[in-house]
Amino acid sequence: MSQKVLLSAKEINIILHRLACQLIENHLDFKDTVLIGIQPRGVRVAERLKSILETDYHIKEVKLGYLDITFFRDDFRRGEKPLEANKTRIDFLVEGKKVVFIDDVLYTGRSIRAALTAIQSFGRPEEIELLTLIDRRFSRHLPIQPDYRGRQVDAINEEKVKVTWKEQEGEDTVFLVNK
Amino acid sequence: MSELSVNHLLGIKYLKREDINLIFETADHFKEVINRPIKKVPSLRDVTIANLFFENSTRTKLSFELAEKRLSADVINFSASQSSVKKGETLIDTVNNILSMKVDMVVMRHPNPGAGVFLSNHVKASIINAGDGAHEHPTQALLDSYSIREKLGEVAGKKVVIVGDILHSRVALSNIFALQLQGAEVMVCGPKTLLPKHIASLGVKVETNLRKALEWCDVANMLRVQNERMDISYFPSTREYAQQFQLNKNLLESLDKEITIMHPGPINRGVEITSDVADSGQAIILDQVENGVAVRMAVIYLLASKIKQ
Repeated sequence: MSQKVLLSAKEINIILHRLACQLIENHLDFKDTVLIGIQPRGVRVAERLKSILETDYHIKEVKLGYLDITFFRDDFRRGEKPLEANKTRIDFLVEGKKVVFIDDVLYTGRSIRAALTAIQSFGRPEEIELLTLIDRRFSRHLPIQPDYRGRQVDAINEEKVKVTWKEQEGEDTVFLVNK
Repeated sequence: MSELSVNHLLGIKYLKREDINLIFETADHFKEVINRPIKKVPSLRDVTIANLFFENSTRTKLSFELAEKRLSADVINFSASQSSVKKGETLIDTVNNILSMKVDMVVMRHPNPGAGVFLSNHVKASIINAGDGAHEHPTQALLDSYSIREKLGEVAGKKVVIVGDILHSRVALSNIFALQLQGAEVMVCGPKTLLPKHIASLGVKVETNLRKALEWCDVANMLRVQNERMDISYFPSTREYAQQFQLNKNLLESLDKEITIMHPGPINRGVEITSDVADSGQAIILDQVENGVAVRMAVIYLLASKIKQ
């Protein structure tokens, strides 16, 4: 197994700031906007963005929720390993709100398909956008594209894009791993 | 661990402690799901479940059916009173006929102990035992432990007394197995005639004085006197039973601590428990019912994930 660094901590930071600015461009004061981090790996990106928006751009109280999509996936009983669930924590209704889904890597699009169904349990959003740190081009199984993308990456199916975070693995990095 | 060690839920005695932990962690997620504005997930949309009830039930049947529907499974219901069982069909034939209609899982309540085990040896489907005679009622014990864990933080180290008709109770046996597996101490309390002769061999304390039992415990699980299962008289009168084994406000207030009250239902108000106790803040009887749906969803989900396509 070999791996190469796609993005360093510094580059990730610059990209997150750009994404935050793009969000502000469309959502201004975030009055009717909520961020939803997709469990498990989208949560970290969402938390970082919330903190950048609040500290560096002085937006008051960005609403953030975590959405687990395990029970909405389309591969139940199809994989070798059983699916393990994570916590969903959405303390607000999304009825009439602008929702931004946030994930680390967009690959086949199936997770986002599941998230689109899952979010309906919390009401009918006004609109849903998608933000991903990494967009793996040419690998989609479904007609789903991000509205905000950090970096586009070309990777073949045998390769895996891995995002690590300071809080969890000790360092912010995006790797391309050759399995 | 992310997978159950068993393919059927026939009784608590076939489970490992890790299985119970996994069921509870999964139930935590489902408890969150059933408190959403829309309480349904699509996980089991390609799974069909048959609820076979050869014995009457209200709460368990409703709870299972709701759990199945919250998981988007297709559900068929069957009650012995309106079926060909009356015409002389055997259990295996009945079930195989149902399975021919492409059913993946069977939830069964049956008056004979061991009916679930027997079925699991003879048919190809996941079996969940929803009560077999006076043997086991595993999902009830799981939801009881889950409710204790929710109320008191954990089950390990807690002292639980099961009061009443232990002899005819499948809830008692499954609870003893489940509580011991999780490291709780268990006592049974009731009139001597309603305590099985060798119950102490299961490692439980035995007590015939309700006050002493309550002074010892953290949790009291009050069972109903199962008159329908009694072929002879086990105590002189309901009034005398109530005088000795009824949990009432006076008794509860005379204890120097606050204990948690449970009841698997249906309650005979004024017999094993008085209304003011059953409706008090110490009783978690309705939490048990809510948790029942979440725990059953977890069991069904985990067993369904083991059915190969």
